[in-house]
Amino acid sequence: MTTHPTSPTSPTDRSTAAIDVQELHKYFGDNEVLKGIDFHVGKAQVVCVIGPSGSGKSTLLRCVNLLEQPTSGKIFVEGEEITDPDADVDKLRARIGMVFQQFNLFPHMTVLRNLTIAQEKVKGRGKDEAVEVARANLAKVGLSEKESAYPAHLSGGQSQRAAIARALSMSPDMMLFDEPTSALDPELVGDVLAVMKDLATEGMTMMVVTHEMGFAREVGDKLVFMDGGVIVEAGDPRQVLADPQHERTQSFLSKVL
Amino acid sequence: MASPRQRAARWRLVQYVVLVAVVLVIAFVADWGQIQRAFWNWELVKEQFPRVLTIALKNTIIYTACGFAFGLLLGLVLALMRLSSVGPYRWLATAIIELFRGLPALVVFIALSVGFTLAFPAYEIPFGNLGIVTLALGLVGGAYMAETIRAGIQAVPKGQMEAARSLGMSHSRAMISVVVPQAFRIILPPLTNELILLTKDSSLVYILGLSLSGYELTKFGREGMNSAANLTPIIVIALCYLLITVPLSIVVRRMESRAERAR
Repeated sequence: MTTHPTSPTSPTDRSTAAIDVQELHKYFGDNEVLKGIDFHVGKAQVVCVIGPSGSGKSTLLRCVNLLEQPTSGKIFVEGEEITDPDADVDKLRARIGMVFQQFNLFPHMTVLRNLTIAQEKVKGRGKDEAVEVARANLAKVGLSEKESAYPAHLSGGQSQRAAIARALSMSPDMMLFDEPTSALDPELVGDVLAVMKDLATEGMTMMVVTHEMGFAREVGDKLVFMDGGVIVEAGDPRQVLADPQHERTQSFLSKVL
Repeated sequence: MASPRQRAARWRLVQYVVLVAVVLVIAFVADWGQIQRAFWNWELVKEQFPRVLTIALKNTIIYTACGFAFGLLLGLVLALMRLSSVGPYRWLATAIIELFRGLPALVVFIALSVGFTLAFPAYEIPFGNLGIVTLALGLVGGAYMAETIRAGIQAVPKGQMEAARSLGMSHSRAMISVVVPQAFRIILPPLTNELILLTKDSSLVYILGLSLSGYELTKFGREGMNSAANLTPIIVIALCYLLITVPLSIVVRRMESRAERAR
């Protein structure tokens, strides 16, 4: 693992990291998908995770809000150990926004209801407040006129922006993105990336599994390259992309760039 | 040589000719006067009204609705138990489902009426016959619907549960708000089938030995048939069953197409 001196995170600020992953192992049956992952995301940092399919990058992301249960190792979110068996997982998840490759909007609810239901049922917000928050976030992603539409009537790009607005409506401390643009038609990718860029500018802590190298270079504070369940290389995105140190990184980048 | 299309057309013509021939033979062979006297005696038809509606049809609807409501609730609970990670829940649900799916509804009726009285002479099933009907139809229907509901829940994409959980919802909250409503949309057609089956199974209530005010359609029709020595009352109640089941099918077809548009 190579750490560049220009990387905005140094080992000393680990105690205040937004996400701190220590010695994380994950098995699916006998198959070891994560082989001792050790990394952290600082507050207000944007960390992009890249790597070939099957490298474990999505599994790593899903471990951070316990959609996958780690086999061993520890994960801290804002200093709280979420891998502690006594941790209140539901409460922690409400503070971590998650955006999926397939959007996963609730098809039986209007867009507005998609954004309000968890605010009401989980955060205990009143209906009026929930609607107000939801409308503000819809405006932010440019979907104000779609609030009474059903997800089936949205394009892919609109769906993903609505999904981002849904996650934001929970007022999370951080956002996880699992290949948010991979299921989109190429001409719709830009809208979604623009929304994500705005979020980064506002200082949202973000962990993004992506194939969008342009986004990683432009917006990312740190780039992590994973292969075969380990972090092969991590550092400043511009340096890693321009001058990869590891041979596996070089070979991957030569195929995708 | 005839083209495939010509051959298909010729084959269809043969089918129509055969069909028409069968209808004509039946029409000529049948003694229409006799058939009308046995099946559609106007005097007897008039005699059936209004009680066939105010008592028999009403009771069939009440028995079926109560049994279906209880069965739906039971089926949902059993389905969630079948999907539970707790072993004993799964085993218990499987046992109940296998038992009541495997038994004829008539046997369940007997067990709940005669059997219950023999086993617990000091107790009674609340609400009398209606209570027994509700329990019996509910147990039989619930056992069937449990498997349908479970299949529906499993047909909802996994991402829906994940999205709900990632928003901080508990497992049960996600089930109630997100997964189960979508599951019911998927299983609307088989659930209607179950409702239609229960409508017909409600005729088994005759085993309880009812007074006239408790007669449902089949019992009412049989009594009428026996006293008049004529099949007309049976034809009347048969039409009443269709009066329930056909609109039901139409309503569900409407609901399906509306759900389709919202998806």
